[in-house]
Amino acid sequence: MKEFKRVTLFAGHYGSGKTNVAVNYALMMKEKGLDVAIADLDIVNPYFRTKDSADELEKHGIKLISSEFAGSNVDLPALPAEIYSLVDIHDRYAIFDIGGDDRGATALGRYADAIKSEDDYELLMVINKFRPLSRTPELVLEIMHEIETTANMKFTGLVNDSNLGAETTAADVLDSVGFAKKVSEITGLPIRFTTVTRKIFDEVKDKIDNLMVIKLQKKIV
Amino acid sequence: MSEKVLMKGNEAIAEAAIKAGCRFYFGYPITPQTEVAAYMSKRMPKIGGTFLQAESEIAAINMVIGVSSTGKRVMTSSSSPGVSLKSEGISYLAGCDLPALVVNVQRGGPGLGGIQPSQSDYFQATKGGSHGDYHNIVLAPSSVSEMALLTAKGFNLADKYRMVCMILADGTMGQMMEPVAIDDIVIEEVEKPWALTGTDCKRPRNIVNSLYLKPEELERKNFERFAKYKTVEENEVLYESYMMEDADICIVSFGITARVSKNAIVAARAKGIKVGMIRPITLWPFPKKPILEAADKVKAFISVEMNMGQMIQDVELAERCKKPVYLCNRTGGMIPSPEEVLASIEKVNGGEQ
Repeated sequence: MKEFKRVTLFAGHYGSGKTNVAVNYALMMKEKGLDVAIADLDIVNPYFRTKDSADELEKHGIKLISSEFAGSNVDLPALPAEIYSLVDIHDRYAIFDIGGDDRGATALGRYADAIKSEDDYELLMVINKFRPLSRTPELVLEIMHEIETTANMKFTGLVNDSNLGAETTAADVLDSVGFAKKVSEITGLPIRFTTVTRKIFDEVKDKIDNLMVIKLQKKIV
Repeated sequence: MSEKVLMKGNEAIAEAAIKAGCRFYFGYPITPQTEVAAYMSKRMPKIGGTFLQAESEIAAINMVIGVSSTGKRVMTSSSSPGVSLKSEGISYLAGCDLPALVVNVQRGGPGLGGIQPSQSDYFQATKGGSHGDYHNIVLAPSSVSEMALLTAKGFNLADKYRMVCMILADGTMGQMMEPVAIDDIVIEEVEKPWALTGTDCKRPRNIVNSLYLKPEELERKNFERFAKYKTVEENEVLYESYMMEDADICIVSFGITARVSKNAIVAARAKGIKVGMIRPITLWPFPKKPILEAADKVKAFISVEMNMGQMIQDVELAERCKKPVYLCNRTGGMIPSPEEVLASIEKVNGGEQ
């Protein structure tokens, strides 16, 4: 099996870290020499989104397609036609950053048929056990079901992005693996990777399979 | 729940309200506070509470009046333009002496303005904001955990004084995520003999009303209300004093700009400039006393705020023009950087400005 599917989509509960994961995933693919573009499908949250990392992505030669209104303070849920290029042009890798919850996944519905017919994709559920509305596997399942219904697509894997922001410890990450495994058992979906900051990578690298290091992170005062 | 969770400020408000016994939320979505409503819509049905997305902000605040009249804890939330729409109802709540929690996650204005954070509703929040003689208690959180703690405190204060308590946050506070443990929420139960709960033919009817056509009666009502406000001013002032012991310059700042200012203070002290901060946590009642006391020790004040200079007027009134008060501000959705605040401190320290 090849390492990456042609299309990778990240969805999940809002605030689970989808954008952060998607941006870092794109950087990782680029570092492996792959031609990759990223689309910001978030029509819900006008505050934190992929476009905030536009400069960084551009610096690394990663194409970002997002609403021309994103970050412009115009609270308008519109998406550019250019996003179809990620679906239609098959010789470049594509990453989709889907908005939070079922509401955010609404936008994915219109690309779902094309992505499914190409049949070279993975739809990953980003989970953070430290978020208040996804603290039990049952709550995660509920959100997954809502997203699948709205997006008209089924999840193919999980991303364990459990974190407490800057206060995350190695113990927190280790502790979250059990949680992710529980979700994995119930859904039958594999944990594709667990995210970890550079700061605590060394502490957990021998204890968790499939780590992805978060290199680029937004910071607030 | 003593374990920490990663929460947005808006979610912390919602969860703290639920923990504080609020089972009624009426609102209307508006960026950047929509997560309060979104969170309530998920949680309230699971705990037997009521979440209702009203047809407008005006409808929402009138639903708040209705529930509050029955003595139940109730809240609404919005952002600047939405709070303006709710203002009429807030005056009616004040006129009826009804408790309620109103959240304003501010964005840039006036008018529709923008969706980025601001503190430009300071006047509206602290000076009444609607018609008539009245005050709201106004709490200004500066972290996600304070969003939670002050929400719970706000319900207690609202019940205790039969007043509207407003949480005055901003878009950054609402959207930013921090680890919090919402576990030390104390519900202070208050008897509400005035509430409309049904008489069972065992007591005289209660009346909740703000209409007083006899001027003598309305004047008396206002005198009574202001006697109550005086008690609030005497007993409920909250502020944080930061590095003020040896300060030559006193920053006054609340909410997100107080966080920015802390970074600037640390940087200024590294350069040998003695600067501290008084951070009002209650914007009304305003911490007049500590500011007046500081006026005898410092050589200047700097009001750091995200508007064209609103709180600065209260700082000048509080310190009675003993020392100059300078303004360091951004507006329209812009946040001052620590470097900008530091530059302002250096300017004031050098005697320029």
